[in-house]
Amino acid sequence: MTAIANETRGAGPSAITDVARRYRAGVLKYRQMGYWEPDYQPKPTDTICLFRITPQEGVDPIEAAAAVAGESSTATWTVVWTDRLTAGDSYRAKAFRVEPVPNAPGQFFAWVAYDIILFEEGSIANMTASLIGNVFSFKPLKAARLEDIQVPPAYVKTFKGPPTGLIVERERLDKFGRPLLGATTKPKLGLSGRNYGRVIYEGLKGGLDFMKDDENINSQPFMHWRDRFLYVMDAVNKASAATGEVKGSYLNVTAATMEDVYERAEFAKQLGSVVVMIDLVIGWTAIQSMSNWARRNDMILHMHRAGHGTYTRQKNHGVSFRVIAKWLRLAGVDHLHAGTAVGKLEGDPLTVQGYYNVCRDSYTRQDLPRGIFFDQDWCDIRKVLPVASGGIHAGQMHQLLDLFGDDVVLQFGGGTIGHPAGIQAGAVANRVALEAMVKARNEGEDIRIKGAEILRKTARFCAPLQQALDTWGEITFNYTPTDASDFTPSAAVAH
Amino acid sequence: MMTNPVGKITQGQFSFLPELTDAEISLQVEYGLRRGYAWSVEYTDDPHPRNTYWEMFGMPMFDLRDAAGVMLELHNCRKTFPQHYIRLVAFDATRGVESIAMSFIVHRPAREPGFGLIRQEGPGRALRYTVHGYGTDRPEGERSGG
Repeated sequence: MTAIANETRGAGPSAITDVARRYRAGVLKYRQMGYWEPDYQPKPTDTICLFRITPQEGVDPIEAAAAVAGESSTATWTVVWTDRLTAGDSYRAKAFRVEPVPNAPGQFFAWVAYDIILFEEGSIANMTASLIGNVFSFKPLKAARLEDIQVPPAYVKTFKGPPTGLIVERERLDKFGRPLLGATTKPKLGLSGRNYGRVIYEGLKGGLDFMKDDENINSQPFMHWRDRFLYVMDAVNKASAATGEVKGSYLNVTAATMEDVYERAEFAKQLGSVVVMIDLVIGWTAIQSMSNWARRNDMILHMHRAGHGTYTRQKNHGVSFRVIAKWLRLAGVDHLHAGTAVGKLEGDPLTVQGYYNVCRDSYTRQDLPRGIFFDQDWCDIRKVLPVASGGIHAGQMHQLLDLFGDDVVLQFGGGTIGHPAGIQAGAVANRVALEAMVKARNEGEDIRIKGAEILRKTARFCAPLQQALDTWGEITFNYTPTDASDFTPSAAVAH
Repeated sequence: MMTNPVGKITQGQFSFLPELTDAEISLQVEYGLRRGYAWSVEYTDDPHPRNTYWEMFGMPMFDLRDAAGVMLELHNCRKTFPQHYIRLVAFDATRGVESIAMSFIVHRPAREPGFGLIRQEGPGRALRYTVHGYGTDRPEGERSGG
């Protein structure tokens, strides 16, 4: 592996140290401009990115890596004399390591270091404008993907992180020692406010902790947002009185303008909601604004990752979701959809566990099978509560608990609302299955092996669970994931 | 009587299951002890969902490593407050957690009166909500059918 790097290190042109030659007008190789420094020792304040690059035919991988470093920091296509008005070396990102991706001909991993001066304090928008800006359209690369990122403590501490965090969220909700349960209201489009509130009430009274607006429920002709909020909050409060539990429903405040977003969030607050929701498509600036708003107003901030699949799913191009998860934790959200592994949406189980760890760890260790390339010190910023949602049902409870542990929101949308005996029965089935599985695990049962049997036994005293198992027990979504870790851990990588 | 599917207050980890036997409670306590949690016993006759501070039946048992000790405290609490709600709470003092790790109800009054919802009409169609416990109109100690 390092053999290639060493070979190429000597073969190609290296950084030009003679100043007059370096700044002569014209075009130089990126590596000649100082974007390739094989001996570079990253500083503790550097941000390190790992890119997966696919150079065009005939493009030397090291030159391609240097180009990535260049195009994501200071470089333009030609030499400019105005560089000499700056302490240029600080601003140049430095590619310092290139290795072929195992079992993926034509693809290379490139490690690039960025000085802390490059990024505005506490601004994901600024960081992303560099790291995933121009560089991803750069012609000499067929494709590029930001696989992972290590953010130095000095920069982490410029962010406030999640406004609530999973620990305080549990304290506010008075719910401990088990995953939370939710459901997305279905059908996602077309219900009137009055009908929508009915679904919320039935689900919450039946035993769910949360109900949820879907990502594309904003304020359409069939249901304006104020109407939805009013009916939903009546349902939430009524369910709270009926059960003696704190209940919530993620009110989606996503809207066309920031003014609209704030107006909707304020109304949710006035009505006493404990949580509001935004979609990833509102963008980094709006996300950080809403994070500040949530802090000011004691609100849990739910993030639906709508749109991420357009750039996270394909292994050769885009941004890995683990990077998006890291940025979102810094930007400050409390809930984040992070995959189910066993449901209908993309996700290799180990890779998905990697996303969960990024959300919940105090200190994330390098973990190559889970796709985590770097240690990451989270410097005590709060933890994000991951959400598993999409095509999951009560019959998978043991797998979900085993994969994700207690700190997760399990959201069964169809798996609640589609129950043959109604929404309350669907909620009961999920809550009973969950509590029985947590209890059995704590008692020392190996739920991976005995999970299905525990569910069957529990269903003997719970008809709704029996009906759920009869309806969905055999449903699985076994497709090959497109985004499994490519890493055969090797000594070279795990240095 | 409460009309939710289990007919009782559903706070805590195991309210949707049949009431735990003492042997089952003991297994949960052991699980918490294995993970280094400190158990405490809390009771109340005001189980409002936002009533955070139930009364402490003694201090959290930080140094206790035997489930039998926790069960003894629980039995004493039940004897003293037979018509109250009693819950077991496990505390995790790990940095970055420093909060409750487990919590479940282990004793209930014979009758659970539940809650009503009071709606106060506001401007527009807005409402202000108050969840009100039917059992809490009487003074402390005379509630929950006790």
